[in-house]
Amino acid sequence: MTDLATGERTFAETIEKDQRVEPRDWMPDGYRKTMIRQIAQHAHSEIIGMQPEGAWITRAPTLRRKAILLAKVQDEAGHGLYLYSAAETLGADRGDLTRRLIEGRQKYSSIFNYPTLSFADVGVIGWLVDGAAICNQVPLCRSSFGPYARAMIRICKEESFHQRQGYELLMTMMKGTEAQRAMVQDATNRWWWPSLMMFGPPDTDSPNTGQSMAWKIKRHTNDELRQRFVDMTVPQAEALGVTLPDPDLRWNSERGRHDFGEIDWSELKRVISGDGPMNAERIAHRRRADEDGAWVREAAAAHAAKRTETTHE
Amino acid sequence: MSDEQIRHEWPLFEVFVRAKRGLNHVHVGSLRAADHEMALHHARDLYTRRNEGVSIWVVRSADVVSSGPEDKDAFFAPSGDKVYRHPTYYSIPDSVPHI
Repeated sequence: MTDLATGERTFAETIEKDQRVEPRDWMPDGYRKTMIRQIAQHAHSEIIGMQPEGAWITRAPTLRRKAILLAKVQDEAGHGLYLYSAAETLGADRGDLTRRLIEGRQKYSSIFNYPTLSFADVGVIGWLVDGAAICNQVPLCRSSFGPYARAMIRICKEESFHQRQGYELLMTMMKGTEAQRAMVQDATNRWWWPSLMMFGPPDTDSPNTGQSMAWKIKRHTNDELRQRFVDMTVPQAEALGVTLPDPDLRWNSERGRHDFGEIDWSELKRVISGDGPMNAERIAHRRRADEDGAWVREAAAAHAAKRTETTHE
Repeated sequence: MSDEQIRHEWPLFEVFVRAKRGLNHVHVGSLRAADHEMALHHARDLYTRRNEGVSIWVVRSADVVSSGPEDKDAFFAPSGDKVYRHPTYYSIPDSVPHI
């Protein structure tokens, strides 16, 4: 039997038995490309995701909220780095991935292209955006690619803090003044639909889902996960005392799930293709950070090289 | 993008963390750093933000030598037919205690 045939058979058996594919195993080119693209997009989302909330660190109302927000944004950086680490096991290069991001050749989650207008947005991002991310990410802990699955386990453990701090922040604001409650409702109104879009296009318009499910890269369809998120979130909104901005949202006792209104898919397409409210600013900020840090990276590399020379003399 | 800029990329390090005293160091992932010292500091910031460790090793990824999936048979198959290396290979009457 040829090496290729052996590789293909081993790969198929690994997937079939629900075992993990490891970096040096033979894998189809399409699997490798899909994994690199998915992990890189996920890493980019974490890194770009630092910006909307990072903007509020200096304006957090108390030292406690500032410390929490700092820790959270630092986690986002950490998550990005775990994921770049996983992508590198497949032969991707971290510097190259960053360039692809700032040159617009690789994407990141559409959700981070919306602005954070008030401090309530920090809470709503934790509650809804991180809540949706958790729905998406928990099944990825069983992704067929080992390094990605392991990174996701670590990330999911930390995301729970993100969601809870957001919800607690909102509960605090809801116990405050009328103006504070209005801020929470306003932020909820603005983030609800974009949060539902985080699960991607509807199943009828998601051409890669079939292959990704067959490779066990993806465990549930976009619509399944979206429905799960809606069902989880409705009672949380009730407990908080906010209204989700969807007149069609109601319990369907026949299905045992919530029905909800039609998502504006043209908005998702627009934001993904670069025309969201903050796309240009997010990328410009990332590019600036990369350029501003270039001399530090070079100086550290030069220093390390010089020290190696000295030790070897 | 020129090769010049790509060459400035810091080397890759593998990170191993001892979760607590009495346990082995376990591989947790990798990171980029200019040298070993910076790799240790980055590893602390990246992999031990929540008391996940009491000790860290960092190793240049390029220095790691590993067996490949293609070596699997040559490396590991010979131990498969040595069942006599396992205690259950030996039948001892139930009446014999503590063995």
